Amino acid sequence: MIAGLLARIGCYVRESIESVGYATRSFFGLLAVSPGAMKRPALISEQIHFIGNYSLVIITVSGLFVGMVLGLQGYITLTPYGAEQKLGQVVALALVRELGPVVTALLFAGRAGTSLTAQIGLMKAGEQLSAMEMMAINPIQRVLAPRFWAGVVAMPVLATIFSAVGILGGYLVGVQLIGVDEGAFWSQMQANVDVRADVLNGVIKSLVFGIAVTFTALFQGYHAEPTPEDVSRATTRTVVIASLMVWGLDFVMTAIMFNK
Amino acid sequence: MHRKTIDVWVGLFVLLGLAALLFLALKAGNMSTLSLNKTYAITGKFDNIGGLKPQAPVKSAGVVVGRVGDITFDNKTFQAVVTLDMDASHQFPKDSSLKILTAGLLGEQYIGIVPGGDTVNLAAGGRINSTQSAAVLEDLINQFIYSKAADGKDTAK
Repeated sequence: MIAGLLARIGCYVRESIESVGYATRSFFGLLAVSPGAMKRPALISEQIHFIGNYSLVIITVSGLFVGMVLGLQGYITLTPYGAEQKLGQVVALALVRELGPVVTALLFAGRAGTSLTAQIGLMKAGEQLSAMEMMAINPIQRVLAPRFWAGVVAMPVLATIFSAVGILGGYLVGVQLIGVDEGAFWSQMQANVDVRADVLNGVIKSLVFGIAVTFTALFQGYHAEPTPEDVSRATTRTVVIASLMVWGLDFVMTAIMFNK
Repeated sequence: MHRKTIDVWVGLFVLLGLAALLFLALKAGNMSTLSLNKTYAITGKFDNIGGLKPQAPVKSAGVVVGRVGDITFDNKTFQAVVTLDMDASHQFPKDSSLKILTAGLLGEQYIGIVPGGDTVNLAAGGRINSTQSAAVLEDLINQFIYSKAADGKDTAK
């Protein structure tokens, strides 16, 4: 009884470690064939169009609303201290450091990650990937690598747009609607947002999230059982795993980048 | 969709991202903290720097003329050595003095540089000897309490 329980725990741990190792190996395998994929930039740009351009609407709308809510809530919190002039700083720092990269990554996992997983899972179920292999075309190089690099390029772009639109949303609510002084709003923001420490670190964060989310989506799709049930399950797994990875990575990166 | 139209849209997408980055850098962030303009370093020793942090502004007459570079501890004199990256377009006399000030009651600390009267200006690597430490709130309160207690003793006599 106890031996059986121990064996189950041991088996679970071994399988977890094995799957992590397998994912790592697949990741480096993907990087290894990437130079070949780079020779056909048309494939990558097609995928950027699919992943990036089509995510633009949801990213812009979400950014606008997150910024507006931040402006409203920040104002309510700051007013009792007579510090509502700091609103610009609060909105900009929250967006550039945390909310921009993180919320964009979560939306990206839901909007682009799921479609990548489903697409590749169905390609596998329809034996299109096997057919490619039969024609001596490496499906990882032809199908996965362009999607991966497209995601890595699209994610920082989307996160930057999210932050910029969010700041405009905060401006809209804070300055235009509530009536915080416009000059103070921008000057407090400019005095306290550092280009290297805040803006650049935010972009680095979104780049890491782009790598994590896109790779998770592709990996889940590529290793889904070729059945309708498992493709749908893989799509769910993409969102769950990618979101958890985003939270974990965000905590680690925040601890390293903003520990001062 | 046609190959070329896709490329146009992707180009627009990336340009939009660059525009957003430019907006963040120029409108939201402060490009000047990137210190693209030339600076020269001067040092000053303080008995107590309070809560001074690297990147804190150095102000003269309220105008930012430089930033705190790094802060180290001198093992011989047991003082804090603060390196200031001064903007090359602002020169100060050799006998200028430094003091650590606080923005508002609870605000962040910055360094105020008060120009002296010497005709020779500070050069790169120069040292400022006359410094005034940060006013630590606890010390001020202690002083206030002691002076009050001393007053009380006098009146009791």
